[in-house]
Amino acid sequence: MSDGRGTPLAGQGPLIDVHAHFYQAGGGRASWKELNASRLSAGERIGVTWHVGSILGSWGATSPVYFQSPVDTVAGNDAMLQVQAGESRRVRTWAAVNPNDTDAALNELERCRQRGAIGIKLAAARRASDPLLDPLMRYAKEHHLPVLHHAWQRRPVAVAGQDPSDAIDLGELAARHPAVSIVLAHIGGGGDWSHTLPAVRDVPNVYVDLSGSWVDRGMLDQALEQVGAGRLLWGADLTLCTGLAKLWALDVLGVSAGDRDCIRWRNAAKIFPEGAFPGLAA
Amino acid sequence: MSRISVDVTAMIGPYPFRELPHPDPGTLIGVLDREEIGRAWVGYLPAAFHRDPRKGNESLYRDLSAHRSRLDPVPSVRPDWPGWERELARAVDEGAAAIRAYPAHWGLAPDHPTLVDLARAAARASLPMLLTVKFEDGRQRSAIDVAGDLPAATIRSLARAGTQARIVVIAAGRAMIEEIHWGLTPFERELVWYDTSWIWGPPEDDFAHLIRTVGPSRLLYGTGWPLRLAQVSRANLALLPPDLWETRLADPETWRAT
Repeated sequence: MSDGRGTPLAGQGPLIDVHAHFYQAGGGRASWKELNASRLSAGERIGVTWHVGSILGSWGATSPVYFQSPVDTVAGNDAMLQVQAGESRRVRTWAAVNPNDTDAALNELERCRQRGAIGIKLAAARRASDPLLDPLMRYAKEHHLPVLHHAWQRRPVAVAGQDPSDAIDLGELAARHPAVSIVLAHIGGGGDWSHTLPAVRDVPNVYVDLSGSWVDRGMLDQALEQVGAGRLLWGADLTLCTGLAKLWALDVLGVSAGDRDCIRWRNAAKIFPEGAFPGLAA
Repeated sequence: MSRISVDVTAMIGPYPFRELPHPDPGTLIGVLDREEIGRAWVGYLPAAFHRDPRKGNESLYRDLSAHRSRLDPVPSVRPDWPGWERELARAVDEGAAAIRAYPAHWGLAPDHPTLVDLARAAARASLPMLLTVKFEDGRQRSAIDVAGDLPAATIRSLARAGTQARIVVIAAGRAMIEEIHWGLTPFERELVWYDTSWIWGPPEDDFAHLIRTVGPSRLLYGTGWPLRLAQVSRANLALLPPDLWETRLADPETWRAT
């Protein structure tokens, strides 16, 4: 795996993108195939060994991105599992569900898990602190599935188009379900990351993914200081360029080789089901 | 990818809304070495938040004095403030590479006449005019940071004013760049450049798209340091598709002779 001009841009060794997104034919973008190919191609040049991705329903084409209809939920997950089937050596699936219909969500999780999904993606259809999420969390515990939860770092009271959660909301969920690994999404995407880091500092089952388009200096330093390398996960979300920049920045910050491996892949390998990434063991 | 000649967006000094690690000239020199960038145009970050940027400019000249072989001062000039012409003249005397202005922070509407006066004077002095769209994403700003993003209309208005000033737009994304570029005549477009620090790469590939559409000659290398990781523009270049590997961005060093 290389950039076509030598070694991978992010250096040698395993690298798991825990926050990837793919697109599908019903998602309202004619270029969906090209976008998926672009992610895989750029990932290859960076040295991404595994993309753990989700498709949020129809991406707004036929129901809202953050309030997916049941039909769109199934279609999105089917499309994501199809990407996984076609790229079985580098793609894994988060099953994205809308928790407002508990039975439908649980049925969908079981259907996706049996087809190879390795985690649960929750976005912003219900606040993380809401007890409505509890059945899904019990399912996650039963099957050792991590939960990637969309976050708005220090959420306002209301945001158009979503019921977002912030680190405090996720902390409440984490306290009720201490055996479930919860990934707080994109510290570099949306809101004030400096609010998130102290909020999850003492919540051991909340992991922080580094994805998002923001590349604020100081963010990585403070994430290492307050959360620690043992609970940071590398990811890119919608911008692989910023993901690569953060990997390069970690090297500059003097992160040890062991901690770098934790962030690149070991922490991820630990929280996903055993065997999720063949050849990688935490 | 070859060595970059200039980072046009660097700054020194603290930021009022969060702690920045080591925003000083010595650290910046180290960043330039690491990123293989020849030199930097350097602004003074606190000046954007001062009503009168004059004292901030003094700090800038003083702090850069020992580093002028690599760091070129880019002072701020506020055109609705008494004595701005003296600040511009001092910029010339100090060998500034360009000037900065912050219309959004100074409450200057897109058609504020003093902006055109400043652009005209900057053109006469052969000083490019740097205009910053934003320092941070709007979703993370402090409650007292209410200036808002610089609107594209301000850039279009200035570019259409016929001043001949070189305008460098800092921290614009694809949508804003396209809104400006395609909102100008071909002649007007030739006087506007955009830095690379807020343009996204794959999978959307906005950077590649802009190289193919507005062209690399309209893009300048910028890191956004010390607010942003300097590595992000390098990552964008490294992730260009193979047919764009030989891309050469505009080189503002060539402006000095013209």
